[in-house]
Amino acid sequence: MRRSINILNNTDWLTVGIYLVLVILGWINIYAAVFDEQHESILDLSQRYGKQLIWIIAAIVLAIAIFLIDTKFYSFFAYIIYALSILLLIGVLLLGEEIHGARSWFQIGSLNLQPSEFTKIATSLALAKYLSSYNLKIKSFQATAWILAIIFSPALLIAIQPDMGSSLVFIAFIIVAYREGFSDVILILGVIMAVLFFLALLLDKLIIFVVIIGLALLVYWMLSRSPKKTFIAAVLIVVPAGLLYLLSRLELIVINSYYIILLAVAVALPFYLIFAYRKRIWNIYLILLLVVGSAAFTFSVDYVFRNVLKEHQQHRVNILLGLESDPLGLGYNVNQSKIAIGSGGFAGKGFLQGTQTKFDFVPEQSTDFIFCTVGEEWGFLGTSIVIGLFLFLLIRLIKIAERQRSDFSRIYGYGVVSILFFHFAVNIGMTIGLLPVIGIPLPFFSYGGSSLWAFTILLFILVRLDATRMELLK
Amino acid sequence: MNPYASRKYVIGGIIILAGIIFLVRLFLIQVVESSYKSTAESNARRIEIQYPARGLIYDRKGEILVYNEAAYDLMVTPGQLQAFDTVDFCRILEIPRSEVIRKIEAARDYSTFKPSIFLRQISSITYAVLQEKLYKFPGFFVQPRTLRKYPGDIAAHALGFVGEVSEEDIEENPYYQMGDYIGVTGIELAYEEELRGNKGRKIYLVDVHNRIKGSYQGGRSDRKAEVGRNVVSTIDAGLQEYGEKLMTKFSGSIVAIEPATGEVLSLVTSPAYEPSLLVGRVRSENFRQLSADTLKPWFNRALMAFYAPGSTFKTVNGVIALQEGVITTASEYYCDLGFHMGGYSVACHMHPSPLDFRGAVQHSCNAYFNYVYRAILIDPKFESTAEAYMNWREHVLSFGFGHYLQSDFENELTGFVPDDQYYNNIYGEGHWNFLTVRSLSIGQGELGITPLQMANLAATLANRGFYYTPHVVKEIEGQDQIDARFLERHYTSVDSIHFAAVADGMEGAVNRSGGTSWRARIADITVCGKTGTAENPHGEDHSIFIAFAPKDKPRIAISVYVENGGFGNIWAAPIAGLMAEKYLTDTISRPYMEEYVLRGVRLDQQ
Repeated sequence: MRRSINILNNTDWLTVGIYLVLVILGWINIYAAVFDEQHESILDLSQRYGKQLIWIIAAIVLAIAIFLIDTKFYSFFAYIIYALSILLLIGVLLLGEEIHGARSWFQIGSLNLQPSEFTKIATSLALAKYLSSYNLKIKSFQATAWILAIIFSPALLIAIQPDMGSSLVFIAFIIVAYREGFSDVILILGVIMAVLFFLALLLDKLIIFVVIIGLALLVYWMLSRSPKKTFIAAVLIVVPAGLLYLLSRLELIVINSYYIILLAVAVALPFYLIFAYRKRIWNIYLILLLVVGSAAFTFSVDYVFRNVLKEHQQHRVNILLGLESDPLGLGYNVNQSKIAIGSGGFAGKGFLQGTQTKFDFVPEQSTDFIFCTVGEEWGFLGTSIVIGLFLFLLIRLIKIAERQRSDFSRIYGYGVVSILFFHFAVNIGMTIGLLPVIGIPLPFFSYGGSSLWAFTILLFILVRLDATRMELLK
Repeated sequence: MNPYASRKYVIGGIIILAGIIFLVRLFLIQVVESSYKSTAESNARRIEIQYPARGLIYDRKGEILVYNEAAYDLMVTPGQLQAFDTVDFCRILEIPRSEVIRKIEAARDYSTFKPSIFLRQISSITYAVLQEKLYKFPGFFVQPRTLRKYPGDIAAHALGFVGEVSEEDIEENPYYQMGDYIGVTGIELAYEEELRGNKGRKIYLVDVHNRIKGSYQGGRSDRKAEVGRNVVSTIDAGLQEYGEKLMTKFSGSIVAIEPATGEVLSLVTSPAYEPSLLVGRVRSENFRQLSADTLKPWFNRALMAFYAPGSTFKTVNGVIALQEGVITTASEYYCDLGFHMGGYSVACHMHPSPLDFRGAVQHSCNAYFNYVYRAILIDPKFESTAEAYMNWREHVLSFGFGHYLQSDFENELTGFVPDDQYYNNIYGEGHWNFLTVRSLSIGQGELGITPLQMANLAATLANRGFYYTPHVVKEIEGQDQIDARFLERHYTSVDSIHFAAVADGMEGAVNRSGGTSWRARIADITVCGKTGTAENPHGEDHSIFIAFAPKDKPRIAISVYVENGGFGNIWAAPIAGLMAEKYLTDTISRPYMEEYVLRGVRLDQQ
């Protein structure tokens, strides 16, 4: 009895408060987004807003349930929970309901559950457990491999569904690893791979290769601080590439333009290697490795996309990348989303007065594009408040994470921060046209039981861990 | 304690940075950029125009000349189409399946979500059948339209017609939009603003599929359509129809005016067309055919043809001479079968000689009016012929010649009365005299007068010296009176006492033995008339007649032109007589004369 009072006293009510505010704001905006004069009551259970209320009540019940579970449970069962979630992901691939071309859902009665949402929690726990293990040498090859395996195994399984949006979320865990001393090099590699992954699908390979080579030369110049050597290195690439280009223009040879670049690199590569060997400059090996690796990665992403994925899966990916799906031309969705937000002006059109969101000009207006309703009806004031709330929550969570006495709790805390931040950044970035259309929900706001529950559990495990942080003696 | 603790600042920094980037971006698109607002509005609004019914046009006795009939345009919104029973659909509309497909494709090319016309002006019978089954054809709906209907199918040129607005119309007046109807000629044009009413509009909020979701601002910006105002025309439908019948065999025109008001009782132009030819789906084909017709049925002779007035003009020259005091009604001139002076001769027909003024009008003596005109131009009051000529011209203009009458016919023309400069340019200043312009004495030569102006002359003679501007509309619904310019008397520069002798002469011309225009004579009513015969370069002379009746308190003034009809008494005089009798008594006392005109064959050519 004494202990439970203790928990409530030490609970970070500020976080709980922001959580409740966001959830309620989300609910109100869902109401506005799909408002229908025939179903005026916000409690009408046949409508999304009515259903969302049920999800919210269930989420609060879940949060209370989490408070009743002992904190040791999470660290003790972290791996088991993780293993179970992996099994669920495999299960959903085999037994799941196919909705909109993706096997992401378990249908239980009238309830649709999306295991990928809960996998984020499991992965946070497993990562926290692993990174907090005694005497871990985080920069060792073995540890690096394990960390990447924990993060990307579920991502891979989710990508197969295919649900690229949810899959990409796992990249956010790199932030956690980074906080715990993960090698910057691998972090940079990760960023490069993520960027390349998108670019490979969005842009022509030729452009990517040219940019990669340009960047490599730039890095070499910065490291060597020798314009002359950089120039020679550039000439070694440009001259063979230029010759090949000339030959192809004169129609003496038939060659795909990006093979010109590949061949030029192949010609130049031995010279670079000999130079590096003689001068004993190891950085050059690294740069060359990066260039070749990047090219290979780009090529393989492209190859997998074109030859391994089926046509409808290609469509899915294209839709997720915003390359398809629109009846009125490229970028229709983002354009409509920007129109909706932009038309809100400074103070917004007022509650229920939005036309762009309500009348389906904006797609997915109650789920992924819920931020449009905020922008249209509440204007810049509303969007600033929502962004302010999220920033405040994230910074607050960093503070909470940092004050934990146990490594497990701290690392888990960063897991929460990373997931929430990734969702926040990608979702809002997408609606205002700064990032490609990647369909992931805005935490606490977007309509949907699975995502709301998952975010609630994710957050309240941290709040629960935080409430009893004092129990652990340092 | 933790070697990497400082990395929390990097993470926190990234989060804050992302937030700031978002806020800046949001500020730019929400507060700075304003174009999103208008895009959003045009996205979600649909303005539906409510078309008011066009005003009706009545004749002076309350008979309907033009009314509206409902027509239905079948509209299609390609985005809302679902699979439907094309066999049934084609059977109802009586069109082949291939046309259905072609039209849907065309509509889709225009817009998937906006409605476009699938089939224009389907009949009310087809509509009745279709309406029952419309629910089976989602994506189709019917938009009511109105079409002009003409029960008597008469007075095409007076009523005018409506057509779709041109791009210039839209540019000139923003009220009009593509596809609107507008009066193109006649009353439809002159009273367009009264007849059209005012379009209303309803603004709806629509979703991305153009489905109506509610009214915009709760209907506060909606406007109700104002029905067009009805108009009572001055046309007498019975007289108009009779006049058109009489002119069947001829090219030319009849204009009848009520002298006491200036109201146009009938405006007949021949050849004409039936106004109903320009309505509905047959319109474009008929329009093409009428335009290709060599007899020019489009050409509104009554308002636009310039004819020489011929001998009818002797009345004008006569009263001017009396006014100037260069002759009196007792002045007599000899006629030696014509006028002979300075090597020139103007022939005249057999009649007693010498004649006084009344006799000269009655017998239409050419010699007499050459002397009269000579007296006007050599009037010692003036220093030169040119000066005397310009004085004469001023008198002529005061009769409504040579300038717009300012009637409510938008396409009336001015006619032509040459000024001294005209002759100076031809002959040189001071190098022309009476003999040069002597044709004017008997209404030949350079004069150009429209039939409307001639009818106005008849009205002026009937009124003994003044006229009201001729007009074709006498009442506008919701308006106390018509335009003030139609209520104002225009006095000529000739005093009214001088008109009595002309009226006597015109009475004699019709009613006395030896008068030139006995064919205009009618029972029990004194018709005053004057024939004219206009020489013209296109074959036989035009047959002209002006008249008013009865002599005292005249109720009708008429001008009749029959192109290439010969002497005035041959066709124009009997037509004028029949018209006057028809209007005044509503009976025809001389059926043989009516029969003669309707056969249209000259006695000497039978």
